[in-house]
Amino acid sequence: MISHHLLTLLVFLPSLGALLILAVRKSDALARLVALGFAVAELVLSGYFFTLDTVHTLYPAPAGFFQYENVHWIDFFGIRYTLGMDGISLLMVALTAFITVIGVGVSWQGIKERVPLHFALLLLMESGILGVFLALDLFLFYLFWEVMLIPMFFLIGIWGHGRRIYSAVKFFLYTFLGSLLMLVAIITIFLMHGAQSGTYSFALVDLIGTKVPYDVGLWLFAAFLLAFAIKFPLFPLHTWLPDAHTDAPTAGSVILASLLLKTGAYGLVRFGYPLFPDAARAFTPLIYAAAVFGISYGAWIAFAQKDMKRLVAYSSVSHMGFVALGIAAWSPIALSGAILQMVNHGVTTGALFALVGMLDERTHSREIDTYGGVWGKVPALSFFFLLFCMASAGLPGLNNFVGEFLVLIGTFKVAPLPAGFAFLGMVLTLVYTVRLVQEILFGKERKPLVMHDLSLREGGILAVLAVGAVYLGVSPSPLLELVKGPVALLVGVK
Amino acid sequence: METIAIPAINLAPIMPEIILSCIAMLLLLVNVFVPSESKGYLGVLSLVGLVATAASVVSGWGQPVAAFGGAVQLDNFAVFFKLIFICSAALAILISDKYVVREEINHGELYPLILFATVGMMLMACGMDLMVIFLGLEVLSISLYVLAGFNRGSLKSNEAGLKYFLLGAFSTGFLLYGMALTYGATGSTKIGNIAGFVATNPQVATNSLFVVGMLLIAVGFSFKTAAAPFHMWTPDVYEGAPTPITAFMSAGPKAAAFAAFIRVMIVAFPTLKHDWTDLLWILAVLTMTVGNIIALSQDNIKRMLAYSSIAHAGYALVGFTACNPEGVAGILFYMLSYTFMNIGAFAVIVLIGKKGEANGNVQDFAGLGQKRPLLAAILCVFLFSLAGIPPTAGFVGKFYLFSAAIKSGYIWLAIIGVLNSAASVYYYLRVMVYMYFKPSEEDFDWVGMTPAIAVCLLLCVATTLVLGVVPGTVLELAQKAVQF
Repeated sequence: MISHHLLTLLVFLPSLGALLILAVRKSDALARLVALGFAVAELVLSGYFFTLDTVHTLYPAPAGFFQYENVHWIDFFGIRYTLGMDGISLLMVALTAFITVIGVGVSWQGIKERVPLHFALLLLMESGILGVFLALDLFLFYLFWEVMLIPMFFLIGIWGHGRRIYSAVKFFLYTFLGSLLMLVAIITIFLMHGAQSGTYSFALVDLIGTKVPYDVGLWLFAAFLLAFAIKFPLFPLHTWLPDAHTDAPTAGSVILASLLLKTGAYGLVRFGYPLFPDAARAFTPLIYAAAVFGISYGAWIAFAQKDMKRLVAYSSVSHMGFVALGIAAWSPIALSGAILQMVNHGVTTGALFALVGMLDERTHSREIDTYGGVWGKVPALSFFFLLFCMASAGLPGLNNFVGEFLVLIGTFKVAPLPAGFAFLGMVLTLVYTVRLVQEILFGKERKPLVMHDLSLREGGILAVLAVGAVYLGVSPSPLLELVKGPVALLVGVK
Repeated sequence: METIAIPAINLAPIMPEIILSCIAMLLLLVNVFVPSESKGYLGVLSLVGLVATAASVVSGWGQPVAAFGGAVQLDNFAVFFKLIFICSAALAILISDKYVVREEINHGELYPLILFATVGMMLMACGMDLMVIFLGLEVLSISLYVLAGFNRGSLKSNEAGLKYFLLGAFSTGFLLYGMALTYGATGSTKIGNIAGFVATNPQVATNSLFVVGMLLIAVGFSFKTAAAPFHMWTPDVYEGAPTPITAFMSAGPKAAAFAAFIRVMIVAFPTLKHDWTDLLWILAVLTMTVGNIIALSQDNIKRMLAYSSIAHAGYALVGFTACNPEGVAGILFYMLSYTFMNIGAFAVIVLIGKKGEANGNVQDFAGLGQKRPLLAAILCVFLFSLAGIPPTAGFVGKFYLFSAAIKSGYIWLAIIGVLNSAASVYYYLRVMVYMYFKPSEEDFDWVGMTPAIAVCLLLCVATTLVLGVVPGTVLELAQKAVQF
């Protein structure tokens, strides 16, 4: 019985943990342990899905999906509870489970107030994100898409720094506004499909077949694109991101950067392009422009930052530009590269935010100016700092290189000009990364800082992330193999 | 000897009104003998009366019965609305209990007045004759004028009562003029006969007497639904009236005005549909926008919810503008959801408030999330629902209304609607910002739960979530209720 509802278990297990934490609320230590327990259990469960390669489902699944659940929900609107997992979802699910464990780890000691609530929100967040990555009914997808905002709003607002309230509200309003227009588009295509076929349904597989007039399709795709581009974030819709990232607590930043941004890219791949292929083609030049400009602009602005966290935040704008580039190219190689890059960026940027958080916990400063000569004091921390900076800069042998490289060669075949400009952007990436490494790790000590090196917990977190970065960099082929089938199906759609 | 033919009188369709009126009068009598410290029993008795009335209402489901020569008709539409009124009255009574003791206005008349107001609303929902609708409206309004000024010692409450009375009387004047002109043009006050007359004499649509009559009726109802630009009375009345009465007014009477508005427009004036939907379009946009924009800058929570209730009437008008079965069913569902989520929010306000309506500003909620986590979480559910965020009743309601509008081709109206929703999120979030993100100066030790309020909160939270997650059954009922 349970084996037919594994996806439901996967989505709601963290919520269960959250409820348990809130219900008990006896001690902070217990809350941490329960959160860690559920996060690890979730990771193990998501790992289990890698062992299921054949179609394993009660319900007839669409091509490419090896796990599928499809049951009645609100028949009145033709809404069904449909969850499905293919290779792309699986990668995203695994990333989510992995990063949530990291998120629990990095906030183990940094969070001292209202501890149970914090960990409960982290787990609720995980449920929401997993729902987004697995939902195949547009109504259900929208529901998870909105629900996901709520825990992050509280995470930033309660445990954030600086202008936390402003950032939390800005984050919520910005992303909510974008998704509401998507809701109108969802309802419109739902009604169009119903009028054409006589059956009203929100299922992605049904809606893909809708005949959308070209000019209407442009508007509908624009509404989807707006929602996804804000999450992505694509230039010029990125302005919520530096505020939210900078003011969020460490775990919040890690989850924002590693997971929330991916939901935008995932939505575009899963829903935006397949639903409106013609409109997507028409918008491609615009997405290219936004992606390429975002790559350079993000890197450029990152270079000018004084606050480390803001620097990493802007670097996300730059890196996610590559993902957008790969999606816009919509060729098998570029799209695989983009999906791989989503995972890579999740690991690398998550690690960088964790590192910044660790430095901040030690010195209570995120200003680059305060640091200098850190290598001499905390060699282990510095080693990881260097490693992840290099990964972020795209050093061959580490993870980001593979993704960016695939995106570039995939894009070059279909659109040489954007690929060329993106390559220039990569050079800029190197500039700000090298500056960061040089000023913080090396250089002269600017202020006397008392620092201790990594604790066992911190070392463990970083080591796990480092293994991930190296593994993805050296041997990406199993992952590419996993997404090959779904990507071929997606690109074939067009 | 000549016999006088007595028409067969069928009391069944107005049985709920009869039951509730009798109970209300009985309560007035009992009130005299009940000592002032045990007036709470009157609340219990009135709840029993409401349950009995509800049972009688439900028995009318599925078999429309008309009586009094077609002047009243108990059909599914009326049943659904009557249940909304009964829910709003019951919930308001549940939260009054603690409030009247705190504000020292523990006068037993409160409960019968709420019941009489409910009788008025029920008459409005089942009236098929303009005179019956008017009669219901007057019974409702006069009870409400007294209820709004029920806190005799408070200047604000007095102001609310007087203001509501003056503007209410004014709007009733409009409505009555409209009805008189329509009668003059068509020769009947029965809305069925008006429709018949218009169908057989299409040239009446150009008769200015008739058109002005229809417009004045629309204006009269717009006053009662607090649609902009006829909303001016709302904020002051809602702020000044005792909190449970505000909760009641924002849910029940508003729904009653919609019930009568919908029935009159759709049944009596179907041939002029294109004209009045254009009018409603403008009214909907104005109402949503004005309500939301002014709500943004309110510090007093009651006032903020008053403006937000204007905005919510605007969302309902979106469904009315669509003027298809989905739109009307959407209004039914939305009014039901709104009753629970809004009165729920008011219940929390009653708990947080101090004597003399003190502690009603959003700043006074600072730190509630830490000191009273459960209460704060419950208020969050209501606020998210009011903002239309899934998985809550408010989201499903808006979803239904906006999809009805899109189906009728009013896509721009739907877009304006969702943009308004986005704006409204700001002021709902603001309350949460204070509850969770601001340090607390208070310990909230005066916040004491009573069984009545606990029941009210439980009912409201459960309904808000159930209608948000598994709304199927109620949606089907709402759909079946669209028959006139």
